[in-house]
Amino acid sequence: MSAAGDIWVYLSASPLLHLTLTLIAYQIGDRIYRRFGMNPLLNPVVIAIVILVPLLVVTDTDYDSYFDGAQFVHFLLGPATVALAIPLFNQIDRVRRSALAILAAILAGSLAAAGSAAAIVWLFGADTVLMASIAPKSVTTPIAMGIAEKLGGLPSLTAVLVILTGVLGAMLGPPLLNLMRIRDWRARGLAIGVASHGIGTARALQVNEVAGAFSGLAMGLNALATAILLPLIWRWVF
Amino acid sequence: MLASLTLLLLCQLAGETLVVLFALPVPGPVLGMVLLFLGLLVRRLSTQQGVPEALQTTASGLLSHLSLLFVPAGVGVMLHLALIEDAWLALGTALVASTLIAIAVSALVMLGVERLTRRAVAEDAP
Repeated sequence: MSAAGDIWVYLSASPLLHLTLTLIAYQIGDRIYRRFGMNPLLNPVVIAIVILVPLLVVTDTDYDSYFDGAQFVHFLLGPATVALAIPLFNQIDRVRRSALAILAAILAGSLAAAGSAAAIVWLFGADTVLMASIAPKSVTTPIAMGIAEKLGGLPSLTAVLVILTGVLGAMLGPPLLNLMRIRDWRARGLAIGVASHGIGTARALQVNEVAGAFSGLAMGLNALATAILLPLIWRWVF
Repeated sequence: MLASLTLLLLCQLAGETLVVLFALPVPGPVLGMVLLFLGLLVRRLSTQQGVPEALQTTASGLLSHLSLLFVPAGVGVMLHLALIEDAWLALGTALVASTLIAIAVSALVMLGVERLTRRAVAEDAP
C-alpha cells in the first residue's frame, strides 16, 4: 500500500480526523453565514452537513466511525442545554410578566407541530410507524427519540427529522415572522423555540438576547409538554 | 471557567440522576437547566446577586457556537438517505408546512393571549 494510503488508514481510525473535519466544515459554514449578513437561509449547520455527508460517502466512511470523532462535539450539547438557564434567568422579569401567554402559546404550538406533521404524512398515505416517527419532530433530539419509541416509531429516523425541522425553522422562521409583521422579540424567539428547538434557539441567541432566552425557554417547556401530552393523545386517537 | 464548566456538568449529572430515579419524561439536561435556574433564583433571593461573571462568560462561550453541536447528529441524515428518497415529498411537505404552522400558531397565541390578559388587567384597574 502507498504511504498516503497508510496515513489515511491510520488517521481515519483515530477520532482526531473526524473531529477536526467537523470543526472545519462548521467554520466554513459559519464564515459563509456571516459573510452574507447572517442570512437565515445560509444556516451553518446545513452547510456543514452538505460538506460532510458527501465527503464521508466518497471516502466510504460509515456514520459510526465518523461519530467516534464527532461525539466530543455532540457531548457538549448536554452542558450547553444546562447553560440555557442563564439567558433565561437574565430575562426572568419579562418571562414572569407574560407567564400565561407563554404557557398558552407553547401548548398550542406543541399540538400544532405534532398534529399537522402527523396529519400531512397521513394524507400522503403513510403508515402509523412514519406518523409516530415524525410527530415529535419539533422536540429536542434525545426526548423526541424517546417519544417516538413510545408511540411505535423509528427513533433513528426521528433524530434526522428533528435536525431537519430545526434547520427549516431557523431558515424559514425569520422570513415568515417578518411577513406576519411580528416584531416582538419575545414572540419571535418563543415561536422559533417551540417549532425548531435548539437549532432555532442557536440562531435566536445570535440575533437577540431576549429572543434567545424565550427560545430556550420554549424549547424546554415544549419538550416537557409534548413528552407528557403526545403519548396520551396518541393512545386516544389510535 | 473550569469551575463554571464543572457546575454545568454537575447540574446535568443531577438532572440525569433524577430522570432515571423517578422515570421522568424529560431529558436530563433539560432538568439540569431547571436546577441551575432554581439555583440562580435562590441566590438572587438570598444575596440579591445576579449571575456570577465567570458562569456568564462560560455560558456565553458555549452558547455562541450552539449550532456547531448539532452537526454530528445532523450528519446522521446519511443513515436514512434511502428512506428519505422514497418518501421525500411526504416528509418534505410535512416538515415545511408543520414548522411554518407551529411558528405562526405559537407567535399568534402568545400575542393574542397577552393582549387579552392586558385588557383584563386594564379593566380591573379603577
